[in-house]
Amino acid sequence: MENIEQRVKKIVAEQLGVNEAEVKTESSFVDDLGADSLDTVELVMALEEEFECEIPDEEAEKITTVQQAINYVSAHLSK
Amino acid sequence: MLLQGKVALVTGASRGIGAAIADALAAEGAIVIGTATSESGAEAISARLAAQGGAGRQLDVSTPGAIDALVAEIAKTFGDVSILVNNAGITRDTLLLRMSEDDWDAIMSTNLKSVFMASKAVLRGMMKARVGRIVNIASVVGAMGNAGQANYAAAKAGIMGFTKSMAREVGSRNITVNCVAPGFIDTDMTRALPEAQRTALVEQIALGRLGDAKDIADAVVFLASDRAAYITGQTLHVNGGMLMP
Repeated sequence: MENIEQRVKKIVAEQLGVNEAEVKTESSFVDDLGADSLDTVELVMALEEEFECEIPDEEAEKITTVQQAINYVSAHLSK
Repeated sequence: MLLQGKVALVTGASRGIGAAIADALAAEGAIVIGTATSESGAEAISARLAAQGGAGRQLDVSTPGAIDALVAEIAKTFGDVSILVNNAGITRDTLLLRMSEDDWDAIMSTNLKSVFMASKAVLRGMMKARVGRIVNIASVVGAMGNAGQANYAAAKAGIMGFTKSMAREVGSRNITVNCVAPGFIDTDMTRALPEAQRTALVEQIALGRLGDAKDIADAVVFLASDRAAYITGQTLHVNGGMLMP
C-alpha cells in the first residue's frame, strides 16, 4: 500500500499532466505546476474520490500546495 | 452515423421538440435517455427508444437531488453522459400586470434552474472524459421578447447567458456548450395559441410557415456531433427567418 504522500503526488501528476518527478511536496499547484482555477477544482474532486472524503469549499480553497493536500488528507482520513 | 454509441440525456423528451430531438439523436446511433415528468411518459419514451438501446426515465427537474441521482444511475447502466440536451420547459403566459410570483418562480425553476442543475450533474464525467456536448434549448423569445411571456423570455435569455459563461469555463476541457433557439414550432405549446395569433405569427416568418420539431432536432444533432467541434458559446437560431439577430 502506497502512503498518503505518494498517492497525493500521483493524483497531482495525473490531474495536472506533469511528470511525477516534478511534483515536490513544496510545489504550488498554480505557481509551480501550471494549474489554472479549473485544474485546482478538478484536483480537489480527484482527491475526494481517491480518499473517499468530502472536502468543503472553504477548506479546498486553502489547499494550494502538495504539502497542504497531504496535510489535509492525513488529518481527515478516518483511519 | 454521427453519434455512434454516445450516451445522450434529453430532458422533456415525451413530446414536441424534445421527442423529435431524442428520435434524431437515436437515429444517429446515440444511446438516448429521455426524461418525462410522469411515469407513463417515461414508459412511452422507453418503448420508443428501446430498439436503439435507449430508455425513458421519470424526472421532475424541480425535485432536489433528482437530476444527480438520475445522472449517477445512467452512468452505471449506460455509461457517462457525453451529450446533454436541456430541453424541458413549460409556459405560464400572462401579461405582466397579471403575472403572479408563482408564475415567475415556476418558469425559473423548470426552465432555467434545471439547466444549471443538469449541466452541473453531467460536468464531472465530461471533464474526466475531456469531451462533452451540452445543447440548451432556448427560444427566439429570449432574444426578441414577447408580450405575455416576460417570465419565459427572461428564463430563455438566462439560458443564453448561462451557456456563454459555461462555455468559457469548460472550453479548455473540450466541452462545448451551445443554444438552439427555436422560433415558432408546430407543437402542442404553439397549438394552444389562438388561430388569429398563429396567422399573425406566420406573416413574420420569412419562410412563411411554422417550423417543424425535426428542424430543431437537426440543429441539435449537428451541435452534438464532431462536426461542430469548434463551435461553443453560440446560439443557433432556427426560426425560419422570423428574427435575424
